[in-house]
Amino acid sequence: MSPRTAARLGITSEATSRGTTTDLVELRYRGRAVVAPALAVPGHPDETVTVHLGYGRTRAGRVGSGVGFDAYALRTSDAPWSGGGLEVRKTGERYTLAITQQHWSLEGRNVIRAGTRAEYDEDPHFAAHLGHKPRRELTMYPEYKYEGYAWGMAIDLNSCVGCNACVVACQAENNIPVVGKDQVARGREMHWLRVDHYYTGAMEDPDTYFAPVPCMHCEMAPCEVVCPVAATVHNEEGLNDMVYNRCVGTRYCSNNCPYKVRRFNFFLYSDWETPSLKLGRNPDVTVRSRGVMEKCTYCVQRINHARVQAKNEGRKVRDGEIQTACAQACPGHAIVFGDVNDPQSEVSRWKADPRNYGMLEELNTRPRTTYLAAVKNPNPEMPDREAASPAASHG
Amino acid sequence: MSTRPPDPHADLARDALPPPPGPELIGGDHTLASVTEKIASITLTRRTPLGWFVGFGIAFTLFMGLLWAVVNLLFVGIGVWGPNVPVGWGFDIINLVWWIGIGHAGTLISAILLLLRQQWRTSINRFAEAMTLFAVACAVFYPVFHTGRPWLAAYWLFPYPNTMGLWPQFRSPLIWDVFAISTYGLVSALFWFVGLIPDFATLRDRAKSKPWKVAYGMLAMGWRGSARHWHNYDTAYLLLAGLATPLVISVHTVVSLDFAVGIVPGWHATIFPPYFVAGAIYAGFAMVLTLAIPLRKFYGLEDFITLTHLENMAKVMLATGLIVGYGYMVEAFMAWYSANEYERFMIWNRMTGPYWPMYAALILCNVVMINTLWVKNLRTSVPYLFFISFVVSVGMWLERYVIIVTSLHRDFMPSSWGMYSGTAYDWSAFIGTIGLFLTLFFLFIRFLPVISIFEMRTILPEAEVKEDA
Repeated sequence: MSPRTAARLGITSEATSRGTTTDLVELRYRGRAVVAPALAVPGHPDETVTVHLGYGRTRAGRVGSGVGFDAYALRTSDAPWSGGGLEVRKTGERYTLAITQQHWSLEGRNVIRAGTRAEYDEDPHFAAHLGHKPRRELTMYPEYKYEGYAWGMAIDLNSCVGCNACVVACQAENNIPVVGKDQVARGREMHWLRVDHYYTGAMEDPDTYFAPVPCMHCEMAPCEVVCPVAATVHNEEGLNDMVYNRCVGTRYCSNNCPYKVRRFNFFLYSDWETPSLKLGRNPDVTVRSRGVMEKCTYCVQRINHARVQAKNEGRKVRDGEIQTACAQACPGHAIVFGDVNDPQSEVSRWKADPRNYGMLEELNTRPRTTYLAAVKNPNPEMPDREAASPAASHG
Repeated sequence: MSTRPPDPHADLARDALPPPPGPELIGGDHTLASVTEKIASITLTRRTPLGWFVGFGIAFTLFMGLLWAVVNLLFVGIGVWGPNVPVGWGFDIINLVWWIGIGHAGTLISAILLLLRQQWRTSINRFAEAMTLFAVACAVFYPVFHTGRPWLAAYWLFPYPNTMGLWPQFRSPLIWDVFAISTYGLVSALFWFVGLIPDFATLRDRAKSKPWKVAYGMLAMGWRGSARHWHNYDTAYLLLAGLATPLVISVHTVVSLDFAVGIVPGWHATIFPPYFVAGAIYAGFAMVLTLAIPLRKFYGLEDFITLTHLENMAKVMLATGLIVGYGYMVEAFMAWYSANEYERFMIWNRMTGPYWPMYAALILCNVVMINTLWVKNLRTSVPYLFFISFVVSVGMWLERYVIIVTSLHRDFMPSSWGMYSGTAYDWSAFIGTIGLFLTLFFLFIRFLPVISIFEMRTILPEAEVKEDA
């Protein structure tokens, strides 16, 4: 339901350390009733309620049984998809939802940069001007030299529709465990890649932005210097590697990661025992144990495979030969991966685009994953379309 | 019992022309013999009071809570505690910093006040040093067990030669911690033990039964109180004091660098080292008061730990408390002055965000309440000092909570903001370390002289007369 309707009904939700608590409401439709948790979603039309089908199953096994609420009870054959006259009543009880993102405002920050067609025409480099990139020499540590490959990624925010296919592909490729509702509610989901979701502007009619956020593989990675046992290190191709064997799990790297892309095995999340599950896993990717940190590797197993293949054939890895799982799955071709040492590679060409910017680059992390700012083309004829960039509040 | 030559500390002290140690540092009509009798009798002859058993029982029960939490942690995983992403540290590091901070008063009293010839330290240094050791023991628990794989963290952080030729990452402040805290623990233990040797000899000589004679005799390491012994002893003691002195500054500086070296807004601040050191001494003196006040009451040691001592400690607390308050001010000012949006947001979120009650309580404890010690009547009221010492301990715990949790829970990426709270295991472990601390302290009271006997003798008027004659 919309924020305004929620406010009228007195429905509130609150982010806590055990999940997002929200009000339970009773939905009454043609004499049938379902009790379900309500959540305000910016941009939802006022005075309507969207009800999700497919939950509340009673015989769906260990994972599916007893999850959510059965909305079929409201569904009648003459109104299978929508209908009027729904009554919503706040029950006064609270319910905990497991939501991975609890805050949807950009707070005026420039992590997502976007502009309008007019702004782009005026200054194609507008995105770079929304932030401040420090000078390269502002570091005490020596520069890394890359003789061979230097891997990098570019993500075009214009093409991302927030479908989460990349997240699922990543999970399948990299043996990422499913941790369950309780752990997700506690902020311990394990996805190496997440799609950030922000609203800007008025909550009734917001602009919506998506950004897939994998590990940035920073050139000056804040995580690397703080690990006491050198379990996360820079490699000769620019990757920020995780050495699971060496990790003791101080979690300092995660604290010091400004992108918060690191994930920690608080428990033994992966099932190491059940033989049938072993067959479902990617044999090229380590199954992580309890107490170690993990994060996006840029699908290093695919990189290694391609490098070996190329070496056997006596050539260099071709551009496009390595596709990360996320790039491969993306229906909008929003993600490109390749060798940034090769100026002809697709990723290098993307990074040469004037819209290219590094997320939080003012921290001098020099991310290898960069973004191409979103450019929207709002119709100037529309009366209430204030062309706004999310980071317009600072310049 | 040995008679002893003049103590060089006393010489040093007299050269600096302090007023002759008067009744304010030692009350009653004590003689060399009565001081020895009074302190040594606690361990040797007096019956162990019922209260000791009750207190020890409670402390030991709490300590068992720690074992429960640790067993769960080891078998199930660190996830039984509260941390998550983004708040990767919680009670673990809060408590580590809290305990390490508490330990600092002991070293300050024993080393720096010795070098500064502050005679009032004499009656409190022994148990303040014990407090340091026990606090370090409690503190060390956390950095080891808060890791994902404590069985490896226990030794992988040390630079030991291994077949893979791997060294730790020397750029990491956690490695600096390993060195700082292990050095600190070692020097504190040595200092404490060396200070105890002459008193062990006294106990050996006065013990009635054979097993005690043997036990204390071994600990006394053959001390006979000869002039040569005293000469070596004083040299060793001064050297150790010299070694311990920089540690008062360095240990908490290094601990503060865990935060200051990070890039998290609210951590990344140059004020941290001095502000942490002041906070450590502040918290430490509060703990000394918390322990000293019941101790002097139940064991009738009011003559030795006088109101002057308590007031001096209150003054140190006031001074360091003001420095801590200044630290808070500078944090807020620099957040504004930096013109950095993340810093500004951080301090605003700290004051008005979901954790504002923590910040408000912190300001109440460490800024408002401490200023009541300007009033002499309050500063010399024993019940009030006991109360304020708790206020300070709570305030310093809240300070670490605010620094760690409110900085991490909303940092750079709004999408990743989250909340943190401790679990039952977190609380059980925290209360359990308090139990461990008190258990050790009760054992200390029962089996070792809580006040340095030989040093107390040197500040008696009697000692003064002899030397002048």
